[in-house]
Amino acid sequence: MEFLLFIVRRFLRLILTILIISTIIFFVIRVIPGDPALVVAGIDASEDDIQAIRARLGTDVPVAIQYTRWLGDIVRFDFGESMISGASVNKLIMERFPLTLTLAVLGIVLGIIVAIPLGVMSAVHRWSFWDYFGMVYSQMGMAIPSFWLGMILLLVFAVKIPLFPLFGSDSLKNLVLPAIALGFARAAVILRLTRAAMVEELSREYIITARAKGLTDRMIRYKHALRNAMIAVVTVTGIQFGYMLGGAIIVEQVFSLPGLGRLFLYAIYQRDFPLIQGGVVFIAVIFSLVNFAVDILYSLLNPKIRIS
Amino acid sequence: MAFKKKNWIFNIAVLFIILLGAAAIAAPLIAPHSPTDQHIEKRFSPPDSINIMGTDNFGRDILSRIIYGSRSALLVGIVSATIAVVIGMCVGLWAGLGGNIADNILMLFMDSLLSFPTILLAITVVSFFGYGLVQVMSAIGIIYSPVFARLVRAETLAIKTESYIEASRALGTPILKRVVIHIIPNLLGKVIVQYTITFALAIVIEASLSYLGLGTQPPTPSWGLMLKDAKNYLIQAPWMAVYPGLALAFTVFAFNLIGDTLAEKLNPRVLR
Repeated sequence: MEFLLFIVRRFLRLILTILIISTIIFFVIRVIPGDPALVVAGIDASEDDIQAIRARLGTDVPVAIQYTRWLGDIVRFDFGESMISGASVNKLIMERFPLTLTLAVLGIVLGIIVAIPLGVMSAVHRWSFWDYFGMVYSQMGMAIPSFWLGMILLLVFAVKIPLFPLFGSDSLKNLVLPAIALGFARAAVILRLTRAAMVEELSREYIITARAKGLTDRMIRYKHALRNAMIAVVTVTGIQFGYMLGGAIIVEQVFSLPGLGRLFLYAIYQRDFPLIQGGVVFIAVIFSLVNFAVDILYSLLNPKIRIS
Repeated sequence: MAFKKKNWIFNIAVLFIILLGAAAIAAPLIAPHSPTDQHIEKRFSPPDSINIMGTDNFGRDILSRIIYGSRSALLVGIVSATIAVVIGMCVGLWAGLGGNIADNILMLFMDSLLSFPTILLAITVVSFFGYGLVQVMSAIGIIYSPVFARLVRAETLAIKTESYIEASRALGTPILKRVVIHIIPNLLGKVIVQYTITFALAIVIEASLSYLGLGTQPPTPSWGLMLKDAKNYLIQAPWMAVYPGLALAFTVFAFNLIGDTLAEKLNPRVLR
């Protein structure tokens, strides 16, 4: 019952967040000086042309009506048609999303494989080689921007040592380098948190009790401490996954991958307003849903949170 | 004990930032060549004794461009982080002291901004406000303000209940004076740590936006812009990609390190 109430409350918050984000996006678009229709139409357009584009963009009616329509669009999840290609925005997004999702999943899997074992090793053997290695890695991960890492990876593993292809997106091999570029920094965050959570758990009193009971170090570390530390790790990993969807915009550009990020970026270059709006709301909704799922998972793992 | 070991790294990081700042200010004096003069006959020349880091696709000297590029990087860091602090502090103090209703409404807005991928928000804002350095700095400043708002609010709520605040209130000190002399000094430590980290993040976001062609516009030298050019000539001129990226990574690294060390000094409870 209590849990159900938590989910409902959290769900209402999710709706509210999406509503606020959409409102912010709406006003960012409308409040700025300049008429999108003029930008789209170009300098030599006639008044009729501009009027026609305004009608197509829906900017020919008062702001209040535009806002209501905008909310209606979001509820129905319908963002109209691209101004450049004329295809429905939803269709364009759905065509591109699988690639971005695959990339993000690969990135997070790589991140987890590196970060969690290294974080646990660092915490268990503090000030050992692994701990220093982990420290250096996490500092590097936070300092090296994903797009530069992507370029260096291409330079080393596609140009100098041709292990991976320079272009293309049809096989999984094309996604390995982008996934590393995307996962590298996120792994640094997960690593730091895993270490901190493990160190904290290992200093708890129940560990002393377990030791007094005569449990082996192995049991204490991996059965007791790791389990409890994982609660925080799962949360952070989930949030990092959400961030990857944003980070994919840049990494896709580096590797010329036709994912959601590139679609969005070209929409910006071409000032394709319906596609920009649809893209932003889509990513915002996915991001909010991921956070929602993470919160639910977190409360399942840690019942204490439901009360507060 | 662990501190002593790390102090020299901290000192190097601080020294690096000071040198970078000096290089940015004195760029015309120390840059060996002009950052914008094109020498088509010398395009793509690899690093040698004249062009220490080689030249780019227009024959421009890369080292000089990196030195000049530090100007936009540091400018973005300072301006964006300051905008974020000012907005975040005001909102955080208001939420912390203004009672429940103000607190809930303000924090709902701030949390909504936080629940959005940073880079996407930056791209969206910039794409509508137009490309360029000013827009980028404002966008980054607004995007990172919720982090400060949350921090300041949490600290304010904690400090508010301290007995010296109660005492000061009982003495009839006006609220504004209480905020200035009691609350702000007490949360400054954590704000400074966050400021350092935000500085680094702002530099990365600016470089990313410039890389996408949405930030600094040519011919102004910017590290992100240099990397954008480098991408097209990865095979002919790899040095174009290597050096600006190193400059970027070392700068971010230095700021993060300073932030980490300060955080440790201010909060000894954190391990490592």
